[in-house]
Amino acid sequence: MNATTDDNELTTVHSEPQPDREPVLSATGLVKSYGRVEALRGVDFELYPGEVLAVIGDNGAGKSTLIKCLSGAASPDSGTLRLDGREVHFRDPLQARQAGIETVYQTLAVTPALDIASNLFLGREIRKKGPLGTVFRLLDTAGMRRVAREEVQQLGITTLQDITQTVETLSGGQRQAVAVARAAAFGSKVVILDEPTAALGVRESGQVAQLIRRLRDTGLPVVLISHDMPLVFELADRVHVQRLGRRVAIINPSTSTMEDAVAIMTGARSV
Amino acid sequence: MKDGVGMRRNPRRRFTPFACVLGIVVGALVLSACGGSSASGSGSGVKVALILKEFTNPYWISMENSAKSEASKLGVQLQVTAGKSDDDTTSQINQIDEAIAAGDKGIIIALNGDAVNSALQQARSAGLVVVAVDTPPIPASVADVTYATDNTAAGVLDGKWTAAKLGGQNADIAMLDDLANQVITVDVDRDHGFLKGMGIPVGNQNVNGQEPTSGKYTGGKGGSYKVACQLATNGSQTGGQSAMETCLSKDSNINVVYAINEPAAEGAAHALQTAGKKNVTVVAIDGGCSNLPFVASGAIGATAGQFPGKMAVSGVDAISAFAKTGKKPTNQAGQDFFNTGTQLYTDTAQPGVPSITSAAASKVCWG
Amino acid sequence: MMADRTGVSAADLPPGTDETPRRRRGNPVQELLHAHPSLGPLVVLVLAAIVFDLINGRFLNPTNLSIMLQQVAVIGLLALGQTIIILTAGIDLSVGAAMILVQMVMAELAVSNGIPVILALVLGLLVALLTGLINGVLVTRFGVPPFIGTLGTLGVFTAVGLKYANGQTITPPTSSLLLWTGKFINFGSFHITVGVLLMIVLYLVVGYALGRTAWGRHVYSVGDDAESARLAGIRTGRLLVSVYLVAGLVYGIASWVQIGRVGDASTDISSTLNLDSITAVVIGGVSLFGGRGLVLGTLFGALIVQVFQNGLALAGVQDLYQQLAEGLLVIAAVSLDRWIRKVRR
Repeated sequence: MNATTDDNELTTVHSEPQPDREPVLSATGLVKSYGRVEALRGVDFELYPGEVLAVIGDNGAGKSTLIKCLSGAASPDSGTLRLDGREVHFRDPLQARQAGIETVYQTLAVTPALDIASNLFLGREIRKKGPLGTVFRLLDTAGMRRVAREEVQQLGITTLQDITQTVETLSGGQRQAVAVARAAAFGSKVVILDEPTAALGVRESGQVAQLIRRLRDTGLPVVLISHDMPLVFELADRVHVQRLGRRVAIINPSTSTMEDAVAIMTGARSV
Repeated sequence: MKDGVGMRRNPRRRFTPFACVLGIVVGALVLSACGGSSASGSGSGVKVALILKEFTNPYWISMENSAKSEASKLGVQLQVTAGKSDDDTTSQINQIDEAIAAGDKGIIIALNGDAVNSALQQARSAGLVVVAVDTPPIPASVADVTYATDNTAAGVLDGKWTAAKLGGQNADIAMLDDLANQVITVDVDRDHGFLKGMGIPVGNQNVNGQEPTSGKYTGGKGGSYKVACQLATNGSQTGGQSAMETCLSKDSNINVVYAINEPAAEGAAHALQTAGKKNVTVVAIDGGCSNLPFVASGAIGATAGQFPGKMAVSGVDAISAFAKTGKKPTNQAGQDFFNTGTQLYTDTAQPGVPSITSAAASKVCWG
Repeated sequence: MMADRTGVSAADLPPGTDETPRRRRGNPVQELLHAHPSLGPLVVLVLAAIVFDLINGRFLNPTNLSIMLQQVAVIGLLALGQTIIILTAGIDLSVGAAMILVQMVMAELAVSNGIPVILALVLGLLVALLTGLINGVLVTRFGVPPFIGTLGTLGVFTAVGLKYANGQTITPPTSSLLLWTGKFINFGSFHITVGVLLMIVLYLVVGYALGRTAWGRHVYSVGDDAESARLAGIRTGRLLVSVYLVAGLVYGIASWVQIGRVGDASTDISSTLNLDSITAVVIGGVSLFGGRGLVLGTLFGALIVQVFQNGLALAGVQDLYQQLAEGLLVIAAVSLDRWIRKVRR
């Protein structure tokens, strides 16, 4: 096959033809520039119900920007975003959350000074019932802790024993678990994970992989951005390949190899 | 993940903050052009800089007002500035430099400390006349002429009156000075003047706080004394109140309080009143009209009045004359400064100590 | 953390064993101070009080204790507002100037303009809120670093205050509500003023808000890591403006307490109020880097400064030693903060 230029908009799908399903989350023609840098040059995206979709790409391919547009942390300059078929515009992360999209950022977005339960409920704290809650705005600390414990147990996270511990005393893997638990607890439509194992060792990566499987098993579709090819090929149902601001391919991990994926990602092979 | 963290402002809006900043800068320039100088003056072109200690004590505002009205009478352009506090010499040095750069004919200054001396020398080398008011510089030769109260004489009046009033009783004294960490003439002269009037040795000629803390005083009928407490007040009301409270904690039997000026004395009187202490003799120096009610009620027993208006007017006159005739003003022969006078205001006059009543004082007070 | 690619898959290792240590344990003292950041200042306060009482037996007299509380009331309130701002990793250099301005506004409106005192107080508090709003908008909308923004407003508020006051000292009539904060409440030979009581009440209210409400959590979150807070969905801009508004309101109450304490309103108040408030906050164990510390600590910090001032004066020690002591306490507090923070990974 001859090398095609970057301007070739062809997106060849290596997977089997999709059954007639509506994507939960989709985007067409997303464009986003930061000054002179064109981070996204017309990106299309689909996420189907109950799947784990991995997003891979080299540095500068636009993965982070794409995720920010999906999660409300950035606004695309043009293009449309659809959730459950309806067009949406997110002005800030809060709106995306309210729509049911939970994101676990690479930086985790946790407050080290606060404890696990507080972090879980950050921005959506529960108040006590009655006048104590409405007039005096008193937080239901015990209630939040109870729910936090339940969430953690449901996801089978054994490494978080004491949810009154402050996050700053936790290891990288434990903090990741907190962030994922938060997304799982509140995510109703989509969960996005940005490089969840980047800073972790083998053992903790494995635990995160298990978490992701649990998430999918609860019916939540997951978008997984990762450099970790073994993890991607272990977990993903489909792989979205991002290169130079565009989606250049969708790969089926059961029929393609990691080498194929890397080659497409770096442009060594074109589709 | 550092690419553009949440910067969602669209390019057009970027101009609005810039325009605001530009507007603010222009506004500030306009304000300082308008607000800065005061006296109208058809602009005979004589420019004078008046540098006060600070703008918060009403004494300086009164001096500023007297200077302004004299300046407008003579058609002199007056630029009034001040330090940020009683010990701020840095601002004053900057203001002296600005006066030289602006081509002023002269500087009238109530200095905050001798750190300004070399800047004043520079001003004189550049041909400006330097008039010191209220606080004589050390050494006196730093200024061409000084108009000040004889602060020692003022303190002596207070001291003599107190000694006479005590009539031989024991004196349990609190000394409330101005500054803790800087030595200025006003502070030392008034403090030592009071001690002299009381007939108490000063210990060290040049600094406060070195007098023997107990012994016998020789003023009036004479008797024994002790200095229970000596604290700085920064010449402010809050400072006077805090210092008095602390002094009372140290010794609840204080019956004599010397205060550097009226705000400090008023603060001390307030502290005494809330502590329920009666029959404490408080003396001060200033002569402000707003203080006379305290004198009338006895909360402040006596105060030695000053005439800041005279100082300011004399200063403006001297520089104006220099501009016309080229003749520099000088102190009287053999004197370090022009004495603008002092008088004791009290409603409980003591024999042998000349004074006038608070009612009479209302005619000559300032402010 | 090193990536451990030994070729062993996670499934091979027994479940539940931790690969990495949970956290680096500091020594017990570090841990204790980390959990209770106000403990250090409390210990210093108690020790200082004991030592000064040994030097001068009058130190712990009820009268002297009363005096210290009265002397600390205004700066205590200023430090309270300052604490909330510092918790967000900000700082407020305009605090003293705002208080002086509001104080003049309250007094002038009530006494010189004959406006009913309650209305004058309310208007004064509105001006206080306005100063907070200006600072808040500068920091959020214009993105000016708090140090620089409040340095600017320090000059502006000072100038406005001086112009408005025009050198006058305004003395309200003794029955005026303006002086209510100076009224005494007696408990035998120990007495406090209404102003001291107001200070304690406000510390309790703000302490509650910071510890028990969502707003408080968000303050700590924004201070600890503002970007994480934003990503977690907190509206950081709004939160910061609310912080400056609350601080402004507290400064407004401080103005009222100041009038009651001194008996009148004038601009002739210390020029170092802003630094004094920051000193109290830092000595109280509140971190200048944001996100850590309690208002209780600030209260201890303010009391420590007052105790040293009063104790040294009673002992007849020169004023410069008091400044030395304050400087050393600040250095000690900041060093302690850095040492305690080492507990985190």
